[in-house]
Amino acid sequence: MTLTMGKALNAALRDALREDDSVVVFGEDVGPLGGVFRVTDGLTAEFGEERCFDTPLAESGIVGLALGMAMNGFRPVVEMQFDAFAYPAFEQLASHVAKMRNRTRGAVGLPMVIRVPYAGGIGGVEHHSDSSEAYYAHTPGLKVVTPATVADAYSLLREAIADPDPVVFMEAKKLYWSKDETGLPVRTAPFGTAEVRRAGSDATLLAYGPTLPVALQAAEAAAGDGRQLEVIDLRTLVPFDDETVAASVRRTGRCVVVAEASGFASVSAEIAARVQERCFHSLWAPVLRVTGWDIPYPPPVLEKYHLPGVDRVLDTVDRLQWDDAPDSRFLSGAAT
Amino acid sequence: MTTQAEHRMPTAALPADASGLLPAAEPIRFLDDDGGPAPGDAHGRYQRPATELLRQAYRAMVVGRRFDSQATALTKQGRLAVYPSSRGQEAGEIGAVLALRDTDWLFPTYRDTMALVSRGIDPVEALTLLRGSWHCGYDPTTTRTAPQCTPLATHAPHAVGLAYAARRRGEDTVALALVGDGGTSEGDFHEALNFAAVFHVPVVFLVQNNGYAISVPLSRQTAAPSLAHKGVGYGVRGERVDGNDPVAVLAVLGDAVESARAGGGPVLVEAHTYRVEPHTNADDDTRYRDHDEVEMWKRRDPIARLEAHLRTAGELTDDDVSAAREAAEAFADDVRTRLGEEATGDPADLFAHVYAEPTAQLREQARWLAEELAHEHGAGEAR
Ligand SMILES: Cc1ncc(C[n+]2csc(CCOP(=O)(O)OP(=O)(O)O)c2C)c(N)n1
Ligand SMILES: [Mg+2]
Repeated sequence: MTLTMGKALNAALRDALREDDSVVVFGEDVGPLGGVFRVTDGLTAEFGEERCFDTPLAESGIVGLALGMAMNGFRPVVEMQFDAFAYPAFEQLASHVAKMRNRTRGAVGLPMVIRVPYAGGIGGVEHHSDSSEAYYAHTPGLKVVTPATVADAYSLLREAIADPDPVVFMEAKKLYWSKDETGLPVRTAPFGTAEVRRAGSDATLLAYGPTLPVALQAAEAAAGDGRQLEVIDLRTLVPFDDETVAASVRRTGRCVVVAEASGFASVSAEIAARVQERCFHSLWAPVLRVTGWDIPYPPPVLEKYHLPGVDRVLDTVDRLQWDDAPDSRFLSGAAT
Repeated sequence: MTTQAEHRMPTAALPADASGLLPAAEPIRFLDDDGGPAPGDAHGRYQRPATELLRQAYRAMVVGRRFDSQATALTKQGRLAVYPSSRGQEAGEIGAVLALRDTDWLFPTYRDTMALVSRGIDPVEALTLLRGSWHCGYDPTTTRTAPQCTPLATHAPHAVGLAYAARRRGEDTVALALVGDGGTSEGDFHEALNFAAVFHVPVVFLVQNNGYAISVPLSRQTAAPSLAHKGVGYGVRGERVDGNDPVAVLAVLGDAVESARAGGGPVLVEAHTYRVEPHTNADDDTRYRDHDEVEMWKRRDPIARLEAHLRTAGELTDDDVSAAREAAEAFADDVRTRLGEEATGDPADLFAHVYAEPTAQLREQARWLAEELAHEHGAGEAR
């Protein structure tokens, strides 16, 4: 059947609630309203207040409560209403959620999921479009997952809920309304597996979450110009699938990472580093990145200049030294 | 300005009796629901504000409401990205502004655009955020108005810091922070109250309790007797006021601001009001509240109550009412005309204000974007 990513996430929560009594869903406006993106729509009606409920408006409290419940037999799935509104919970995440297993030598694990709608492209006013994945990915102890397809949305969320460790589950807002054919329930590849979404031999595009559709469109356009781009969907940032990525880049010899977050000290930077560490002898060109600029997320009328789009991806692919000429952008003196 | 060495940190004297910090059992009122006099001593120790202030408030509320409905209309035409209406909360919006001097500071939220325009901020500048052409469209320094804050209650400590700095510089500035009922659950709200009390800061927190935080009712926000009771635990005086009674709101806020200015320390005011419109134009409020409840609150309309009160007192004529309405229409016309065009922005602005001086990386990225746009432009011409 055809369904949206939002509906697939809703179905995953519903099935998890049905199958496991220890699963509880809570956060801001997740009850009768069904969440501002309707991901929890109908859950309170079907499962009751005990299983899906609104909390006071306090993200630190929400994540802290989830931690306590996870220590005592529950599997909480909490919603942060938007990316930037998860920041009050950062202390709980960085100091406690991420570290509990380590601090207790494995005695206390925290099976909990923190759902974070993230990234831009929806014309949101400030604080509604942050790509905050690097903060979590940089915090050892947290798994960081971000589906880009409808089937993955269902399967990865089910897996996150079943996981013995805390998972920050990042949902690209602009993909909530993306549609696909899939049966439910569906099981896709497990955490730590990247997927080749389009095969190609000339260069590898690495994307995740909101940039997967951009990478696929770029590959389609490039094929028209006779260049075959492989597109890999990373799916889970932590754990990271070095193998699939390296195998592809070794084959193609060229790589571009496409991410919406600012490039400096980012997940895309980490990926580029890992690729060159592992594939140096196979590379015909430096690993390049197409990312958001190193700026606070811009207001709606300017976001089109910030977001990595198809043209910027194609321009970057063009600079992968096809004729063996160095990238003029990075020649010394180019910046003056 | 005193030097660090000369400066003596103002601190709170421990209150001998916590009951002095507790709000009255019932919200302060001057008016009943129809604008007649509220029974008994419902207004407590407060004095009715001067007639001229009430008349000024009436005009500002009429203009404010018309501005608000114009802004909601602009969302339907796609001229605003989103608009959180403060219809029904005019007494709080205008009361906060009129309680302040020009030299005082206001710390508003996303809901308080009506307060911004009432403070004299140009409506196009005030609506910049919601129009989506930049974040904060006015100059906070010249307008003495902080950027509208969206991350809930995170601006409350800023108001404390600004007022604390004013006190240290020997200024008599007061800061007033607007917060919603939902915002009082955030940790920053509590930290702000505590800091304000410990440093004896001239700050007023106005909690506009409009019953909901999006879909979540007050009962899920707090189990306290009232939100104003949250002050006592920190040593902050709390007060409750009927937020749809403009006379009471002006009396209580005026008193709170002047008491803070006079060195009386911070005050927490809870205004009991109601959000008549959905959370924003994008919200479906039928999912979480009854239409009857909305209608019930509409009958306690703050503008109608003040109008009835002033007319009965012989302090407002038909001419005054028409003049206020005409001013409101003129204001709305201006907003409609000036926001009629599609919002635009300059991509160079993306890099201009991240730091005082752009870093080498930002200069480089600005150049890349400019080249990209020049290239696209060239390609467009060629086609
Ligand atoms: C830290 C934070 N969490 C969540 C949100 C999302 N959000 C925006 S408005 C709102 C409800 C706020 O309710 P309240 O404080 O009562 O103010 P009102 O909107 O009623 O004026 C929520 C949850 C936010 N803006 N900031
Ligand atoms: Mg509210």
